[in-house]
Amino acid sequence: MTIPQQTTAEGAEPLLKVSGLVKHFPITKGVLRRQVGAVKAVDGLDFEVMPGETLGVVGESGCGKSTMGRLITRLLEPTGGKIEFEGRDITHLGTSAMRPRRRDVQMIFQDPYSSLNPRHTVGTIVSAPFRLQKVETEHGTKKAVQDLLELVGLSPEHYNRYPHEFSGGQRQRIGIARALALKPKLVVADEPVSALDVSIQAQVVNLLDDLQSELGLTYVIIAHDLSVIRHVSDRIAVMYLGKIVEIADRESLYGKPMHPYTTALMSAVPVPDPKRRTQRKRILLTGDVPSPISPPSGCRFHTRCWKATEVCRTVEPPLIALTPAAGHRVACHHPENAPDQAPGETSATAATGGKSVESA
Amino acid sequence: MSKLTKTSAAADMEPTEERPTDAPSEFLSVRDLKVHFPTDDGVVKSVDGLSFTLEKGKTLGIVGESGSGKSVTSLSILGLHRVGSNRSRNARISGEVWLDGEELISADAARVRDLRGQKMAMIFQDPLTAMHPFFSVGQQIIEAYRVHHPSASKKEARKRTIEMLDRVGIPQPDRRVDDYPHQFSGGMRQRAMIAMALVNDPSLLIADEPTTALDVTVQAQILDLIRDLQKEFGSAVIIITHDLGVVAELADDILVMYGGRCIERGPSETIFEQPQHPYTWGLLGSMPRLDRERTDRLNPVKGSPPSLINLPSGCAFHPRCPYTDLTEGASQTVVPELREVGSRHLAACHLGKADRERIWTEEIAPKL
Repeated sequence: MTIPQQTTAEGAEPLLKVSGLVKHFPITKGVLRRQVGAVKAVDGLDFEVMPGETLGVVGESGCGKSTMGRLITRLLEPTGGKIEFEGRDITHLGTSAMRPRRRDVQMIFQDPYSSLNPRHTVGTIVSAPFRLQKVETEHGTKKAVQDLLELVGLSPEHYNRYPHEFSGGQRQRIGIARALALKPKLVVADEPVSALDVSIQAQVVNLLDDLQSELGLTYVIIAHDLSVIRHVSDRIAVMYLGKIVEIADRESLYGKPMHPYTTALMSAVPVPDPKRRTQRKRILLTGDVPSPISPPSGCRFHTRCWKATEVCRTVEPPLIALTPAAGHRVACHHPENAPDQAPGETSATAATGGKSVESA
Repeated sequence: MSKLTKTSAAADMEPTEERPTDAPSEFLSVRDLKVHFPTDDGVVKSVDGLSFTLEKGKTLGIVGESGSGKSVTSLSILGLHRVGSNRSRNARISGEVWLDGEELISADAARVRDLRGQKMAMIFQDPLTAMHPFFSVGQQIIEAYRVHHPSASKKEARKRTIEMLDRVGIPQPDRRVDDYPHQFSGGMRQRAMIAMALVNDPSLLIADEPTTALDVTVQAQILDLIRDLQKEFGSAVIIITHDLGVVAELADDILVMYGGRCIERGPSETIFEQPQHPYTWGLLGSMPRLDRERTDRLNPVKGSPPSLINLPSGCAFHPRCPYTDLTEGASQTVVPELREVGSRHLAACHLGKADRERIWTEEIAPKL
């Protein structure tokens, strides 16, 4: 077992550096498969992940967070931008050049039912990484797999069983064991707990937590649940329509959210306290997320934002630090908890597509 | 829903036994409901002796993990286990379900069909699978309306449908009425589904995980909509969910299910502030909360939910309960009764009152 690494040490090299990452899925038409448009799933992302930290990525469905996860694990070919892993450019590495790198970047999938081959035993599934990477282990693969099963809270006797014999939570543990087999440096988990029951969710969250401190892992955790994200992450990126609208460490994001979208998302989370339901202020966003095929001009959130002005419709706000708080960056002309970036604009020209209601 | 009513045969009735004629005064009263499914591996006791009542204008939240019997409960209230394939016809249902002075379990299938969609309606979890992809949203709602209003003309039904779509917040309802389900977004589909359920002004509305498939912002919209509509129509609502946050937003009373039985029931505030059952504690400890300081670790229930074929002996929760030692073996052997532990507050636990209060205030509450 490795020694837990220090989180975000000063001046440390980022483990993963993403700049200007773009992924457009073409829409084709006719027999000639002429391209008539593109789904702009990911449209310019910049972020870094430091060794030992957990970056949470949160957003509504269709905001491109899963595509982002598949891009940084190189399961999808990026349309543009750059991905650097440990200082090395991996953006367009071919299959064979990427293979040795796969050891360091692993993924945990959302659905524990479809991500395990039903015809393979647990032993075959968890030992697949050793086989594919031709890794020799000290006491043989079987022993290594059994150790892994124990590590994730399963019993070594489960080696010869099939996935259907396990519950959802146990299957997710098998998926985690597989991802950890080669001692990766970066683990990308796409909605690791959303398919699980409440009590099992908490068990898996705790397991991920323990494994991180035990093995010094770095996580990128993608989820839609803001309370789970707050629990597991050190830093959080909020995505909307293929872009990061706000990125900050946990305390400042949840304590002083700046982007209206972040505020709205947080206020929408149901609070398990019946007394509070009458008192709390809730920002209700109207409408749905616009289509990523033709995202709105300017700030992409302007169609649903209650603070939107003319400038929001025309000028795209850059993702920048607005306050001295280290590492809190936001892309907004009229942020909350920070100086207004476009004063003098009146909200009289508020967007027509959406208005927000504040219920007392 | 209207599709189902068409396929139901009236010939699937079992002979009814004699039952007491004392109709309860409550609007909805479920007494000792049991739903058992015989399978090759044994009898699956999905619901095993469930009782509750619900008044008009009130909301009951049923909370539990998958396989706790919460959806089966709602389906059997609507009589949906008596229609469809042979497999579901094999369900053995006993007990009583009284809706507004009428008993439904022993009632004629045709009578239940009349009530379904008119007096009681349901919102399903996944509107894409619950709606027919081949018919436009409007056609499906119109059908639901005309089944129960045979005298209404197509024109009237269409007008009513557009009204309902407008009421649930679908923009340009007169145009969207002719759209197909796939042309609607997830949130809009759920709104259309609510419109379909409410088109006949039902006095009982059952919502089974109505927001699980939706994003948080849309979830907040739908929960608000259900709350507003309930105020407006004064119906009784049963909301079934695994999310304690959702029930806290809507429910007046909460019923916690485990292994097909109710293990705790009471007013929402009591359940959140003074829960008395270790399973409820576990559920509360399992969820990270935005309204509290972040805790370092969650306190989940250990183990996983039991199989409904071989429920553990005694208290079904005992293999996962950390406090069985305090019950002197009773929890392994005796099924705990649902007992009064406070005003309108019931719990099924062998722990003594003093133990429960001490554990809650000293061990559980500080860690939430």
